[in-house]
Amino acid sequence: MSDRLSVFKTYKLYVGGKFPRSESGRVYEVTDSKNNWLANAPRSSRKDARDAVVAARKAFGGWSGATAYNRGQILYRVAEMLEGRREQFVREVAEAEGLSKSKAAAQVDAAVDRWVWYAGWTDKIAQLAGGANPVAGPYFNLSTPEPTGVVAVLAPQESSFLGLVSVVAPAIATGNTTVVVASERHPLPALSLGEVLATSDLPGGVVNILSGSAREIAPTLAAHQDVNAIDLAGADEELAKELEIAAADNLKRVLRPQPTDWTDPQGTDRLTAFLETKTVWHTTGSLGASGSAY
Amino acid sequence: MVFEYAPAPESRSVVDIAPSYGLFIDGEFADAADGKVFKSISPATEEVLAEVAQAGEADVERAVKAARKAFDKWSALPGAERAKYLFRIARIIQERSRELAVLETLDNGKPIKETRDADLPLVAAHFFYYAGWADKLDHAGYGANPRPLGVAGQVIPWNFPLLMLAWKIAPALATGNTVVLKPAETTPLSALFFADICRQAGLPKGVVNILPGYGDAGAALVAHPDVNKVAFTGSTAVGKEIARTVAGTRKKLTLELGGKGANIVFDDAPIDQAVEGIVNGIFFNQGQVCCAGSRLLVQESIQDELLDSLKRRLSTLRLGDPLDKNTDIGAINSAEQLARITALAEQGEAEGAERWSPACELPSSGYWFAPTLFTNVTQAHTIARDEIFGPVLSVLTFRTPDEAVAKANNTQYGLSAGIWSDKGSRILAVAGKLRAGVVWSNTFNKFDPTSPFGGYKESGYGREGGRHGLEAYLDV
Repeated sequence: MSDRLSVFKTYKLYVGGKFPRSESGRVYEVTDSKNNWLANAPRSSRKDARDAVVAARKAFGGWSGATAYNRGQILYRVAEMLEGRREQFVREVAEAEGLSKSKAAAQVDAAVDRWVWYAGWTDKIAQLAGGANPVAGPYFNLSTPEPTGVVAVLAPQESSFLGLVSVVAPAIATGNTTVVVASERHPLPALSLGEVLATSDLPGGVVNILSGSAREIAPTLAAHQDVNAIDLAGADEELAKELEIAAADNLKRVLRPQPTDWTDPQGTDRLTAFLETKTVWHTTGSLGASGSAY
Repeated sequence: MVFEYAPAPESRSVVDIAPSYGLFIDGEFADAADGKVFKSISPATEEVLAEVAQAGEADVERAVKAARKAFDKWSALPGAERAKYLFRIARIIQERSRELAVLETLDNGKPIKETRDADLPLVAAHFFYYAGWADKLDHAGYGANPRPLGVAGQVIPWNFPLLMLAWKIAPALATGNTVVLKPAETTPLSALFFADICRQAGLPKGVVNILPGYGDAGAALVAHPDVNKVAFTGSTAVGKEIARTVAGTRKKLTLELGGKGANIVFDDAPIDQAVEGIVNGIFFNQGQVCCAGSRLLVQESIQDELLDSLKRRLSTLRLGDPLDKNTDIGAINSAEQLARITALAEQGEAEGAERWSPACELPSSGYWFAPTLFTNVTQAHTIARDEIFGPVLSVLTFRTPDEAVAKANNTQYGLSAGIWSDKGSRILAVAGKLRAGVVWSNTFNKFDPTSPFGGYKESGYGREGGRHGLEAYLDV
């Protein structure tokens, strides 16, 4: 056995493209499934949540204004970066969820593939969810989906990485920016994902990752007047109801928790959940010159 | 030489209003369980049109039960058969459209010109449009065999009584749901006539149930545990209350709420057409429209020219008897609404905005409000922020397209907007930046069943109309 001491990592939040410690200065112990200490994770405060919303709002104009093609390139780049750090994530997921190495590897591989799947959706969803409307009159009329804005995401509690990716990727694929509350017990893969995102050409602030107690942070996000939508995937029934009530204050779009097997292939639901439909009408002229066109 | 308009009244004789109406539950008209009734009056004359049963909690219970019972058979019908019922309804609406237009004008106070030329054709068109979807749901983009949700509880407002009914009921039935609908307390009559149309069409009992009543009946319907889907059109405040009510349940919810639409006029806009669009945007249906263009944003360099034209045009509007075919501006729907408009307009003056109305004689009975223009309005003014839901236009100015967009978006609402410009690239750029569900360029207040309608932000969620409108009634 080598006498070299390993270098521990100080896990930090990912907010506005930077890696701050929690404003509160607090941490909590993260353990593996056998209760062995793994690391101290930042225990985010309500102030951290508000800062993250500010970062997400600031990033919204640029990210939603980027071309769908460009967003697809960046999401694919995330998959590339992840693939290169596969071993790290396999270890972290295995430790977090108490999985065998092969099962953890399957989760990480599926998560990489999920980024690829959503990368391919960025420039297709508008054609699926929008289109021309054949109105009865001389108008050009087009419906286009647009991102709803800043989305608060409570990541699934049990699936620390695949679940996380499955809720974050679709929200940003369509141009939203996000404030993500990581799984409370298993936050380390999420915090490491921040390091990947930071090196993936993803503009700072598009994804902001907080660790800590969902019960403590989420009510601030649900009641925040500058948050447009909330994904309750990681909330238990009682918390979900409380947050849904708070979300009504500014009529946030709410995605309720539902039983989900994150290893199943995903549909388009999570893409469309955070889209608005904008319909633009324009008058059309009538040339009416003659009957023979050809 | 100026010609005077001769009176051109539409005949009331095409509609036969009974002295009293019941609730429509399980295919039968019935009294309210507690025997309560209320009166529906004509806002133009304050004449009592009919006495109507007032639904309470027990009636909601009965109606939901009837809808639940009818659901199994109705949802199991082949789509093509459901479609035929909807086509029948659409046809009967067309056949009875004059009767319904007169009825709606009497009960609501809006000009016959609008009920005849806008409301009724659109009502029929909605049933035709969604009838066609009933047997094509597999092709709607929600996967194969999308399922209906069950019983839909629907609460609609008084500004477009029959049109809002059509927006709610047509997609609900096409997708295989059954409905309990509560029309507004000031305009229940056309929904009750619709019940008779369901009877004529041979629609199975319990598929459509109509519960005239007040907010308490609406609240009971929304909260009913056996309702699977809630659809509401109305105020943002009530919408928020409904969102809280359904929190933690599996009920699917769509809300179509208030607005404070910006109508943006650039310096290269065709002025005459823009003026017509501004008038249509805020004075259509006395401005009692959630997507009304109630904030005029005019580029500073053409402000004087535009306002001169606008004032000249407003001076030609004819206010008066809604049944007269030459009437442009009818009655405000209720005394309560008139009081609200009056209070907000007074607040506008008190806060320093400049008020203007054309010379305009108001009838001595009924509820009336002259078309009103406010200039010197800033974004901080109440009349620039709050939805007035009346014929009141607030005028603000801007210098650059960026400023226009910033001001247009500076509201809690996000339902509609208008852009007037001759420059295509500018229209597209501005339309792209506006946070609003519907953007009308060089036109305003256009509706069509094929075209999704609904809001961003606090104007609510979900879309009505088009393929998008199906989603609200399907388990997807």
